[in-house]
Amino acid sequence: MAKVSKKKASKKKTRSGGAEQSNEGHPDVIYDDEKEEDATDDDVTVEDEDGYDERKRQKLLEAIGTLSGKRKKTLGERSEAAVHMSEFTVNAEGEGDKVDLSDLIGSMKTTPGLSGKSKKRLKNLEQSRKTIECPLSKQESERIRRDLAFQKVSKEVSHWKSVIRQNERAEQLVFPLNQEHSGPKPIERVVMDWKAQTPLEQEVFTLLSANKQPINDPILTPTEEASMKAMSLEEAKVRRAELQKARALQSYYEAKARRQRKIKSKKYHKVLNKAKSKDFQKQFDEMVKRDPAAALEKLNKMEMARMQERMSLKHQNSSKWARSKAIMAKYDEGARKAIQQQLEVNKDLTQKLVTSLNKEEEETMEEEGNADVVPDFVNDAEQGLDFSNPWMTGKLSQDCVEKETSNAVTIRAEENVAEEEEVEETEEEVLLREFDNRRKRRQAQEADAPVMLMEEEEEEEENKDASDKEEEELSEFTSLFKGLAEGCGEADTAAEQEKELKIRCQEDEELLTQGKEAEEEEATDKGPVVPQHPPATENTQKTGKSRKRRKGIELKQVLTKGAQVLQVPFAPTIEDAEDSEEKLDQRGLIKEAFAGDDIISDFLKEKRKQEDAGKPKAVDLTLPGWGEWGGGGLQPSCRKRRKFRRKMTPPTPRKDQHLPGVIISEKRSSSIRLHQVNALPFPFESPSVFENTIRSALGRTWNTERTVKKVTKPKVVTKLGAIIEPMTREELVKDKNGASAGTSSSVKRKP
Amino acid sequence: MQPGGPGIPQCNARSSTLFTINTWLVCSLLANIFVAIIFPFCKRVPLRYQMKVKVIARNPDDYVRETKLDIQRVPRNYDPSLHPFEVSREYTRALNATKLERVFAKPFVASLDGHRDGVNCMAKHAKSLSTLLSGSCDGEVKVWNLSKHECVRTLQAHEGFVRGMVVRYCGTSFFTVGDDKTIKQWKMESPGYGEEEEPINTILGKTVYTGLDHHQNDPVFATCGQQVDIWDEQRSSPIRSFTWGVDSFSSVHFNPVETELLASCASDRSIVLYDMRESTPLKKVIMTMRSNTLSWNPMEAYYFTCANEDYNLYTYDMRYLAKPIMVHMDHVSAVLDVDYAPTGKEFVSASFDKTIRIFAKDGGHSREVYHTKRMQHVICIKWSADNKYILSGSDEMNIRLWKANAAEKLGVLAPREREAANYSQKLKEKFQHHPQIRRIARHRHLPKTIYHQTKELRVMKEARRRKERNVRKHSKPGSVPVVSEKEKHVVTVVK
Repeated sequence: MAKVSKKKASKKKTRSGGAEQSNEGHPDVIYDDEKEEDATDDDVTVEDEDGYDERKRQKLLEAIGTLSGKRKKTLGERSEAAVHMSEFTVNAEGEGDKVDLSDLIGSMKTTPGLSGKSKKRLKNLEQSRKTIECPLSKQESERIRRDLAFQKVSKEVSHWKSVIRQNERAEQLVFPLNQEHSGPKPIERVVMDWKAQTPLEQEVFTLLSANKQPINDPILTPTEEASMKAMSLEEAKVRRAELQKARALQSYYEAKARRQRKIKSKKYHKVLNKAKSKDFQKQFDEMVKRDPAAALEKLNKMEMARMQERMSLKHQNSSKWARSKAIMAKYDEGARKAIQQQLEVNKDLTQKLVTSLNKEEEETMEEEGNADVVPDFVNDAEQGLDFSNPWMTGKLSQDCVEKETSNAVTIRAEENVAEEEEVEETEEEVLLREFDNRRKRRQAQEADAPVMLMEEEEEEEENKDASDKEEEELSEFTSLFKGLAEGCGEADTAAEQEKELKIRCQEDEELLTQGKEAEEEEATDKGPVVPQHPPATENTQKTGKSRKRRKGIELKQVLTKGAQVLQVPFAPTIEDAEDSEEKLDQRGLIKEAFAGDDIISDFLKEKRKQEDAGKPKAVDLTLPGWGEWGGGGLQPSCRKRRKFRRKMTPPTPRKDQHLPGVIISEKRSSSIRLHQVNALPFPFESPSVFENTIRSALGRTWNTERTVKKVTKPKVVTKLGAIIEPMTREELVKDKNGASAGTSSSVKRKP
Repeated sequence: MQPGGPGIPQCNARSSTLFTINTWLVCSLLANIFVAIIFPFCKRVPLRYQMKVKVIARNPDDYVRETKLDIQRVPRNYDPSLHPFEVSREYTRALNATKLERVFAKPFVASLDGHRDGVNCMAKHAKSLSTLLSGSCDGEVKVWNLSKHECVRTLQAHEGFVRGMVVRYCGTSFFTVGDDKTIKQWKMESPGYGEEEEPINTILGKTVYTGLDHHQNDPVFATCGQQVDIWDEQRSSPIRSFTWGVDSFSSVHFNPVETELLASCASDRSIVLYDMRESTPLKKVIMTMRSNTLSWNPMEAYYFTCANEDYNLYTYDMRYLAKPIMVHMDHVSAVLDVDYAPTGKEFVSASFDKTIRIFAKDGGHSREVYHTKRMQHVICIKWSADNKYILSGSDEMNIRLWKANAAEKLGVLAPREREAANYSQKLKEKFQHHPQIRRIARHRHLPKTIYHQTKELRVMKEARRRKERNVRKHSKPGSVPVVSEKEKHVVTVVK
């Protein structure tokens, strides 16, 4: 503070007059003031009389004062209001006297509010006669002040320690520090500093305001917000799940349909069709009850189709083609099949659809008088009469028996209807199941087939016929079908057809195996083409056995083949007799190519050599001449040499000791040494820690996407084009709040 | 550290060839078996026995991307046995990344010319990244648009040098001090047509002002010259002045975090700390040589770095001035200016040796050195407020714009680009201690003079150390104590 003028300083001090200042003290200045006051006091009375004289006198007094040498310093001119210039012209008593401590304390006795303690202290003060200590020098006092100030500041600054530590340790720092939350923010904040200035902008604004588009508050229009709210996340998820399920189901059904369509078995389709038609009929029946008009219409349509079929000769096997086929049928299986197919189509088409509705009509035709709505069971009974329908014939036999037992009670009959349907359904199910089983079995067989194909050709040829036969045995329903076809081929007449229909009825009644037996019987009656078959159960057992037997053979063969392959590692292992020449060729070629190469032995030699090189050699420390005859051409004795031979300690076992096909060199390679760290780098404490950091891979070849992102996070992230302001006190406050709020939970200021 | 230890697995050339032969063997064997098994099938399998090839059905949702902008989804198997040699592969990647970094290191962006004398001081705009102010030795102040690389305004601010310049925290006006003993406040906007270029305020001082800084968020600024003055913007006389036995200060700087603190560099080789609220200075440290300027860390309240005449920079903790916490060495001549990056992690220094160096705040040596043939003594330096650029003003009247990261790609990065950059950065960090990588990463081309001077300095230092060691060896134990490099440069701390 050296540069501040003295005058100013004194002013300041008098004004502030803190305890501190009085402590250091400027006694001379105070003293001066008092003196001055003294001087003026003397003149008070004279002043009134003559101001001019008074000034003169004062000057004189000053001059005298300087002469006496008492006063060294002259006072500067003072512009402040002095004591004697009192506004109210009140003269204080005893103004000129020095103020004593006792004067000041005098009032103490009278004031009631003072405590006894302070009174005592004041009394002591009054009595004490000690002088005040000499104040410190200016330099020293300033130093003390500086020191105090510095301590205060350093304490204040130390509050930042935790923040700085935290930032140093943070995995990632994002600058600028207090970034605004990203995402849609109210446009008013964006617009705040900005005004529509150009005419275009103004126009746009007028348009916006005219169309009630949000300008200020919400960023979205009300409709948009509504649509945002319309579907919550949960709803959307549920809906999505539903859709997914539906899609899965659809694809499943599609796949199923495709699979079914691809099945080539006629029987399967027949059964399927049957089920379908039954279903259809059921539906139709229901329709009759619910909506007779529509049902009638449908019926008419079907009837029409039937009539057309009956009128045409399309499937009557009367065409030129059919006749030619009939001739060929004796010799050609395909022809027989074709004719059979035609017949079936014809039958299907001409078959009259039996429904309750048309039965009703019939009834009305027969029994004119009875116009009541007849119950279902009556229809069912009548169904049996329809012989043209093979389905119905099948039902009849069972139905009749049941009917006899049930004594024709109407309610029972109704139950029967239900039962009957169930029975039929189960029948069908059984059929389907069996079919499925067969199919599986056949698939298994097919799977076996490749193994079988590994056989030598001759064997295959030998087995061919037998296997064909066996296959026929195995695929029962195909053989059955064949039988049928043959039967049909021979039987041209309608009677034959009827018989066949009967067979089919039987089929419906019984299980397939039984049906097959019966049919076989039929077939044997008809002709000798089909070989005799034992009953189905035996048959299956036999086939199972035969399959097993064949499997064994195959396995053996495969094994032998494998052995062959192993014997000739370089040769292409081909078991075909034809390919043997090629094989030899290739083998020869390879042999020729690697004529002088014995890699394995070379390698072993190499390894041996390396091992030997690695072994430490014994050192011979023999010195010639000591304790022996000297001279040229003399060798030290064997004994001596043995004595001085120093064996080295065996080296540590090689790493490739137990690995016959590998040589691991334990030498330091100079080319690699260039790339290796040869001293532990600074921040690491131990080699193992450092090695660990090196060993853990960072790339996405070894880590998942998320890990990679986490691992490769940069330490400092800055935003493009954003000004990074220095840290503000708010950070400190935040940090403090965080620390006080959650002492248990660690402070998470930054990720 | 075991010599063959970390990192690359040893691979013998011999064993690798063997490996190839073995694999060939296995392959040929497999091929033969394959031929043997497959061919017979193809030739004479009856049609109905032909093998059905069943394909696993896949859901296209798993591999078809929704838009073409999406990344192709690649199913991965992270089984480590499928991806061997991870360390050596990553090492290769790191090596390549390091090499590429050196290939792409082109730090020089632009040069702004227009001054007719050396650039003596610069100031960043407080609110605009693209604005820079510079004052030259002929009293001219120029305002630059950095994105266009052009000067947008020129004004004759002072007679003689423009010694100091600072932009007010709001960015609407700026202050300059010059050799003509005046402090002038100017509007940031250029005057309209026909208006004269005139300062808002002019304060006539008694002495030359050599430095100037503004408070972070109050209308208060500080100047230095014969004393350090604190000014209220509204008054024509300082509200406070500090003196402490020195009569010439070279620079004064407000602490950006603890905004009431100041530090100044004086000609008596001292750095003095002040508190604006106190009537006296706080403390000073006297060093062996004079500090030219200092810069406070904008993120860490109590750290500052000073640029010294003894070629070094010193980072101090203001609470413990007896010993700098770090000595930053590399310059080969006096350091004239220093500025912290806004992230507070690094700082840049300008030197009389015609180079600019970038140091980590806790790094003893520079991570980067920038120089060009034409750049002379660099007098002032600034790190841009977005942490991307460095601006240097030098004796030969030019202001140069540099990238803060020499190899960084400027502009917006695609997400994949950014990920790749992050990955390679991490790789470089991971393998930074490997000698080859370190060699490549550290390699810089230096001007011949600087290269030789560096060598010379090293020799001198070594000689001094040797001498000291010898003296210690031949004197009474303990009489010649070991003085660390950090302690060596501090003469005393005055309370």
